[in-house]
Amino acid sequence: MSDTVIRNGRIIDPANGIDTLADLWIDDGKVAGIGQFTGDATHEIDATGQIVCPGLIDMHVHLREPGQEWKEDIESGSHAAIAGGITTFCCMPNTKPRLDHAGVLLQVIQRVREVGLCNIHPIAAVTMNLEGTQLTEMRELSRLGAVAFSDDGLPIWHAGIMRKALEYAASFDYLIIQHAEELQLTEKGCMNEGWVSTQLGVAGMPNEGEDCMIARDIMLTEKTGGRYHVAHISTAGAVDLVRAAQKRGARVSAEAAPHHFAMTEEALLGYNVDAKMSPPLRTEADRQAVIEGLRDGTITIIATDHAPHHEDDKRCGLSCAAFGIVGMETMLPVALELVHQHGLPLADVIAKMTCNPATLLGLDAGTLTIGSNADLCIFDSEQTWGLDKNSLFSKSRNTPWHGQTMTGRVTHTLKNGRTVFAHGVIHD
Amino acid sequence: MKLQHLFGIAQLNKEQIHYLINMGDAFIELSKRPIKKAPTLRGKTIINLFFENSTRTRTSFEIAGKRLSADVINISASTSATSKGETLLDTAQTLAAMQPHVLVIRHSLAGTCEFLAEHLRETAIVNAGDGAHEHPTQILTDLLTLKHSIGDVAGKTMTIVGDISHSRVARSHLLAAKILGYHVRVVAPKTLLPSKVENYGCEVFHDFDAAIAGSDILYMLRVQTERLTSNCCFPSIREYHEAYGLNKKRLARANADCVVMHPGPMNRGVEIASDIADGAHSRILNQVEHGVAVRMAVLTAMCDLRFNAHDLPSNPDKRGTL
Repeated sequence: MSDTVIRNGRIIDPANGIDTLADLWIDDGKVAGIGQFTGDATHEIDATGQIVCPGLIDMHVHLREPGQEWKEDIESGSHAAIAGGITTFCCMPNTKPRLDHAGVLLQVIQRVREVGLCNIHPIAAVTMNLEGTQLTEMRELSRLGAVAFSDDGLPIWHAGIMRKALEYAASFDYLIIQHAEELQLTEKGCMNEGWVSTQLGVAGMPNEGEDCMIARDIMLTEKTGGRYHVAHISTAGAVDLVRAAQKRGARVSAEAAPHHFAMTEEALLGYNVDAKMSPPLRTEADRQAVIEGLRDGTITIIATDHAPHHEDDKRCGLSCAAFGIVGMETMLPVALELVHQHGLPLADVIAKMTCNPATLLGLDAGTLTIGSNADLCIFDSEQTWGLDKNSLFSKSRNTPWHGQTMTGRVTHTLKNGRTVFAHGVIHD
Repeated sequence: MKLQHLFGIAQLNKEQIHYLINMGDAFIELSKRPIKKAPTLRGKTIINLFFENSTRTRTSFEIAGKRLSADVINISASTSATSKGETLLDTAQTLAAMQPHVLVIRHSLAGTCEFLAEHLRETAIVNAGDGAHEHPTQILTDLLTLKHSIGDVAGKTMTIVGDISHSRVARSHLLAAKILGYHVRVVAPKTLLPSKVENYGCEVFHDFDAAIAGSDILYMLRVQTERLTSNCCFPSIREYHEAYGLNKKRLARANADCVVMHPGPMNRGVEIASDIADGAHSRILNQVEHGVAVRMAVLTAMCDLRFNAHDLPSNPDKRGTL
């Protein structure tokens, strides 16, 4: 007698090269078998016409706990995640206080255990208070559960500190994640610099604001032998820089956010504050370059940069609205545009949201290997549905996809074999 | 013509622009009467809400409203609730709750009017300048002045000199030029030009002397002296005047009947030499005079009052149509 059987789904497990129509059954919260199920099971899920894949991983999420719980907290963020088919995600350290010392990191880990709906792995700060001057105690933070280091939201701007951070991290094989933004070039900017910013009469953020810092960081990475990951890559130039560095054998990786391969700066016309984020939406040429980077494997990861903000922080006009959009509940359907519109293989796109980030961060997740935790995402890749921002599970409503038709919908999310989300309802 | 809001030139078509200019033209006479008052906007309430310093635009709107018998209230940011931490939206909603017909807004943030209009559904909003975005009443004013000075602007060349990057006046002219068929040259160093400005269909010059020949209109922008040097957009005011200041020698190279314009306030000896500002080619004070007339037209259109030619004496001197 098995606990659960998922019948007749198309099972895609990129880590093991599996893409097959079969049943998948679960015992004691673990994947027990893939094939023709002949026994009995307590629970049954009919996945006919559906895709069954490992629970998705989003390695770039801003939970606002501690400090700004009215925007998002660990529980609401977990709800948003499982509604999006995500069972594992990483939270960024720009909370208040920052995830820059053991005490606050332990507090977050404790809260994650209490909520218990997802695996949430903290990414700790590189520098104290994200100020870019003094390194955090990376060894202790790593021992307690930090899976990587970043000052995300802000760049590690100081070249000397970046060199030291890469050297120190390289000594212990830690990963440094960079929000690449040369602040002197993006000062006062609220969107991409170009024809749209000129028409709107607002200050722009040029591509070079991102490219300059990535070029610098790649040189430092190659010098130090460190491991460097570009968060939310958005420009054609940056994709080229990463591709060239990888060809030389540098340990450089990159993630792309769904909005950067699905939208352009044109979305800002009319002063749309829900299309304001950093790095900003770029031009069509940049968007195509990001898609090409995803296609050729330069960009191995899709991550949302889920950044919840309260309406009060957005409802003040484009120039002073907060940067960022929520993304976890729309990650899968937007990522599926790569399959439906740009012809990327479905298994490759799923890999970018499962085994690839797991491998980069050394997480025990993202596969359906027999005996692994039964974290699953079941979705209908063709189902269309209208996104209503008021129906999001996140506490925040800042999505640019409000009112739009999405293709592809998560029907079930299983965590350790338990159905935590089914047909639009959270089971916690 | 009923305008729900006036955010910018971008929303207007050729007919609407002509309509507003011609209505403004007819209003010029009102300000020359011994008793400068018409009942057109009696019973209307207009609030001028200015978050940026302004003398001429605010006064121009105030006089325009008052001469048409509207009740006009002026609020400037320094005396408003915003200094107590109230948000822009709260301030605007509070004022809107007092049921004015028109809210005239100036703010340093581009898109302020569009943003407020989303939330204030009942109140008509007029943009009196939003950041580096648009300044529609200034452009309508300039077009009225040009109607009097050179007649039809179609086919004429306007050379705009100065800080194009931060200029709402330049952007609104670039939009109007496309609609009405005049040609724009922008003149500035690259530090003062916005990205892809050529997409407006204008010619771009860095050398003022090269741009002057063939110009029918020289439009000098105000230099924000503090902004210019602190942002490293220009090394010094002295060098700015040398490179982009309008003086007699430069003016001599323009077309003989070239007119000189400036949206004010001027920095004499910086972007424009005094003898030019006060000289025969200058239309700077005409712009100010026509500003009142055009704003009367705009406020009238906002209040949905059909302009009736019988209400006012006919324009005695029709110097061509735009």
